[in-house]
Amino acid sequence: MEWIQQLINGISLGSIYALIALGYTMVYGIIKLINFAHGEVFMIGAFVGFYAIAGWGLGFFPALILSMATCAIFGVLIERIAYRRLRNATRIAALITAIGVSLLIQYTVIYARGAQVEVYPNVLANKKFDIFGVQVSSQSLLILTVSIILMIILQFIVHKTKIGKAMRAVSHDMEAARLMGINVNTTISATFAIGSSLAGAAGVFFGVYYTKIEPLMGVIPGVKAFVAAVLGGIGIIPGAMVGGMLLGIVETIVSAIGLSLWRDAAAFIILILILLFRPSGIFGKNTREKV
Amino acid sequence: MKKVRGFWFFLILSVFVYGIVQFLISAGMLDIYYSNTLIFIGINIILAVSLHLVIGITGQFSIGHAGFLAVGAYISAIITMKLQLPLSLALVAGGIVAALAGLIVGIPTLRLKGDYLAIATLGFAEIIRIIFLNIDYVGGAAGMQVTHLTTWTYTFVCLFITITVITNFTNSRHGRACVSIRENEIAADAMGINTTYYKVIAFTLGSFFAGIAGGLYAHNFYIIQPSNFGFLKSFDILIFVVLGGLGSLSGSVISAIFLTIVSTFLQNYPETRMIIYSLVLVIVMLYRPQGLMGTREITDFFGKWKGSKGGNSDAAKSFTESS
Repeated sequence: MEWIQQLINGISLGSIYALIALGYTMVYGIIKLINFAHGEVFMIGAFVGFYAIAGWGLGFFPALILSMATCAIFGVLIERIAYRRLRNATRIAALITAIGVSLLIQYTVIYARGAQVEVYPNVLANKKFDIFGVQVSSQSLLILTVSIILMIILQFIVHKTKIGKAMRAVSHDMEAARLMGINVNTTISATFAIGSSLAGAAGVFFGVYYTKIEPLMGVIPGVKAFVAAVLGGIGIIPGAMVGGMLLGIVETIVSAIGLSLWRDAAAFIILILILLFRPSGIFGKNTREKV
Repeated sequence: MKKVRGFWFFLILSVFVYGIVQFLISAGMLDIYYSNTLIFIGINIILAVSLHLVIGITGQFSIGHAGFLAVGAYISAIITMKLQLPLSLALVAGGIVAALAGLIVGIPTLRLKGDYLAIATLGFAEIIRIIFLNIDYVGGAAGMQVTHLTTWTYTFVCLFITITVITNFTNSRHGRACVSIRENEIAADAMGINTTYYKVIAFTLGSFFAGIAGGLYAHNFYIIQPSNFGFLKSFDILIFVVLGGLGSLSGSVISAIFLTIVSTFLQNYPETRMIIYSLVLVIVMLYRPQGLMGTREITDFFGKWKGSKGGNSDAAKSFTESS
């Protein structure tokens, strides 16, 4: 029974990773950039949620929506200011810029409010359900449910709406999409907005679930979410969800067997194994390199 | 002939610089604060030049250089503190073990390209850090006490060897092979260059010198902890190379000197320092993606004798356009 419990914990953690990984995978799919600043958007989301709940006394859902909206705007601004100029630059230049933006956000937040840890207010009543002898907290159930709803909405946007169709077209071939009359800049901005709002939601969930937030909290989950995106096949939306869940489960198992200090290493070992043996990820197709 | 003259000039210049600083230190005109800053500048130059070989010359984007720094630091600290052997031996051993680590990391990861290589090196550096975090023999998270043994002489000799070896490597047949990989890997492959071999050679050599820098680093700071060798340390080294110019040895030396002095002044304001660093990095990438010097060397500006060159200045353009 304990194992099922760990599995459920793993899935809750995994759904947070999955929400962040979706932003990575969407941005990578569309402009081939590892948006290192995505982990910082997640952090900003957690802080907006914190101030909304603790400062203004909002409930969980209004805070969640406020945080998602703020992060969406924030993500669009990052793209507009830093990444748009680099669309035709080398991959290395874009990557270095992304690292720079990420550090800039972290240290601006530290500069503005200090590096101290904040404790998230207890906004959700945490009841324990007993299902067939397995203890399930209402928090992790709620987090899982809301994450799944968000992912369904995302799938709907990507596959059924006009902007989603534009996104898929741009990620397939940006030049051809432009020739077909798609406004590429708007589409990329929309991608950043959607991805960042999911990261914002993940930030609030993280705060509620782990109760402690700080300005550098985005680094490790950010990198791990990237691992999750690579694991599922970068650029593929269902891949990011599955990769996130898998990574969460693996991490929880590694902690459960008493190797909690090695937990962070587990993610990187998975990353390296995936990159070496199946670089296109679980769902990816192998593409041939063209000269 | 010209190259030989350039080398002698460099030798005389470095003996001169060494002599002046050593005289000032032994005459007591430079206090411990300034001599420490000079040693720190030397260590940072070694790091910058060793990463320059990987990123600037070979074009392999590694953001995990702090991992090899950590290996060198811990191995040399073990040798002097636990085995009571002299520092010179410790530095060499630290370099060799770091080179082995570079070889082990490099052989699988250098098959990857661009972003994936960057993330994989980052992952390996984190794994190295977590391994040290979990070994109780070297103190775990609390770190390891190290006596202060690094002197200006040690630093300068290591610095001299590093720059000489890397300059000569760059000008050799192997160095040209590495430059060709940077310019166009597929074309280099087609010309019969064993790209994997040269990439691994450059990576291992870079790790070796990072390991030596690690030995100097450990014996300059009284204590080493795994948290000193995280991603931020890799980023510090990366910014030297990127700011100086991807492919310019003198550029990375100059930016290492400049940024070390700047960060010494901002020591009491770590947040301000990081904000300035990251802003500089973003602005340089947005407006001058090839870095301040491009692939030119400082000697190019004097015209007469051209020292080490990592490709010509046309290459700078193609480097920023391709890949």
